[in-house]
Amino acid sequence: MAEAARFEHFVHGADIGVRGIGPTLADAFAQAARALTAVMVDPDRIAPREAVPIRCSAPDRETLLVDWLNALLFETATRHMLFGRFEVRLEGDRLEATAWGEPIDPARHEPAVEVKGATMTELSVRPLPGGGWLAQCVVDV
Amino acid sequence: MDTSRLVRVDEATWRLEPEGPMRVPAIIYGTEDLVRGMDDKVLEQTRNVACLPGIVKAAYALPDAHWGYGFPIGGVAAFDPDAGGVVSAGGVGFDISCGVRTITTGLDRSEILPVVEKLADALYAAVPVGLGRTGKIKLSDAELDAMLEGGARWAVSMGWGDPADLERIEEKGQMAGADPAAVSRKAKERQRAEMGTLGSGNHYLEIQEVAEILDPEAARVYGLVLGQVVVTIHCGSRGLGHQIGTEFLREMALAAPAHGIELPDRELACAPLRSALGQRYLGAMRAAINCALANREIIDHLARGVLRRMFPQARLALLFDVSHNTCKLERHRIDGEEKAVFVHRKGATRAFGPGHPDVPEPLRAVGQPVLIGGSMGTGSWVLAGAATSEEKSFASAVHGAGRAMSRHEATRQYRGDRIVAELKSRGVVVRAPSMRGVAEEAPAAYKDVDAVVAAAERAGLARRVAHLRPLLCIKG
Repeated sequence: MAEAARFEHFVHGADIGVRGIGPTLADAFAQAARALTAVMVDPDRIAPREAVPIRCSAPDRETLLVDWLNALLFETATRHMLFGRFEVRLEGDRLEATAWGEPIDPARHEPAVEVKGATMTELSVRPLPGGGWLAQCVVDV
Repeated sequence: MDTSRLVRVDEATWRLEPEGPMRVPAIIYGTEDLVRGMDDKVLEQTRNVACLPGIVKAAYALPDAHWGYGFPIGGVAAFDPDAGGVVSAGGVGFDISCGVRTITTGLDRSEILPVVEKLADALYAAVPVGLGRTGKIKLSDAELDAMLEGGARWAVSMGWGDPADLERIEEKGQMAGADPAAVSRKAKERQRAEMGTLGSGNHYLEIQEVAEILDPEAARVYGLVLGQVVVTIHCGSRGLGHQIGTEFLREMALAAPAHGIELPDRELACAPLRSALGQRYLGAMRAAINCALANREIIDHLARGVLRRMFPQARLALLFDVSHNTCKLERHRIDGEEKAVFVHRKGATRAFGPGHPDVPEPLRAVGQPVLIGGSMGTGSWVLAGAATSEEKSFASAVHGAGRAMSRHEATRQYRGDRIVAELKSRGVVVRAPSMRGVAEEAPAAYKDVDAVVAAAERAGLARRVAHLRPLLCIKG
């Protein structure tokens, strides 16, 4: 039985690690994105009002995870939006995704911290022994 | 950190001789307590840095060092371009040219205290803080490029700063060799509306009182008077620097094999100084330094506007502005010979000693001010570069307290509203957009900054001049 989709954080010195787990690799990437959002705000407090398409490609799965999270940070910074729901499609070295969210309302969302970037520290994308996938890295805050 | 493999050279210096692929020794500065308290990863990362091509003298970890990505935070390493030396995006960090500036006010604490709440509200309204807050300044493409070339000098030319400040900023407010064309469209897009914003995390604007003076002569030269009030700002190059760090880290990691560089850890991503990629990174990184210098100048300008309105008698003057995430071409003595090398300081402050020609003339006799941010509860320090810093660490000293506890653990143990109330009872007024953010920055989540600066002094990196106690903290 594959792992149920979920996300968690792990400890890394001054920064914080984000980890997505899911039955498929795409689910693990989507959960890693929820973990990224959760560093800033509670993802369940974000209304899925607007859909933003995101595309990236990379020579390997690990780099693709970092690119995906950094693409979300770019959209957060330039659209002034937060995202709480993600649909990820993976094909070879390409990722196509839709991120749903809403404009940042500092009073309502109370963002705790801004994430500067996803890093290659503790970077891992791998199948889990019991089925399912894990995708993780440390983000710089 | 397990110190069993280190040789203790003196009270505050530990050394690991080169082994395996290490080209130079690893040197850790710190008292026994601080070094034992460091993560083992600090030694592993310092050792990895010692393996990089063209490194000279040693890879250093300073008393506030902690586990970073690739290079440790609180790390210093210099590379010789003539010996195949490299430049590393991970050796500078994401928040390029993050730094600290302190402004003297000539105001006594007794002038501030009766109106401290009102002052906090006014500063909080004037300086955009936290995620999602933009500044009033929106830059066109041409203005962005001018900012990336001009730094604080550009900000002053736009009317957002005092021309007298420029002498008191590293590189006189403008980093030479910046190449706006090497900065991606995405990086510029992230910065368009972020000039004059503080950011979040450990960034802050504080009103502090000079609580203790340890070196009266240096304090006099710096204009620091017991009981008087200063403004200190800690922030960096915002979205632009983060985006440049992100993009070049990726590009350098993927290009390493083509450059014949074997990386023990992908995050050590680097490129030869004499490669197209290395040169492009230097151009972009220097542009990001200018962005940080301009940003601090603008935030300072916004804060001074508030102070002038509320305290017309204030005499506002920049003490100094330092950057602690940089790579700079500098001349240093190596094996008795002066050489131009690229010094990476990641979470480390340049600390030129007395008499150094790059220290502004009025300050030169006592050495460069080294501004150290502590937590919002414990206060900050002003140090002066020591005469021995050149020999010890390519003239570098510590940058802050360093975290002792993860953000996750801090939010488990503390509540933001209780911290704000407790600090208020201790005479520190806090304004912040997020109580979870305050909990993550709880004073107890940081190492003892007093121990860090005392160790920096014992190691011969910098001398303690004055301790600053916060009265008001605008937290990002």
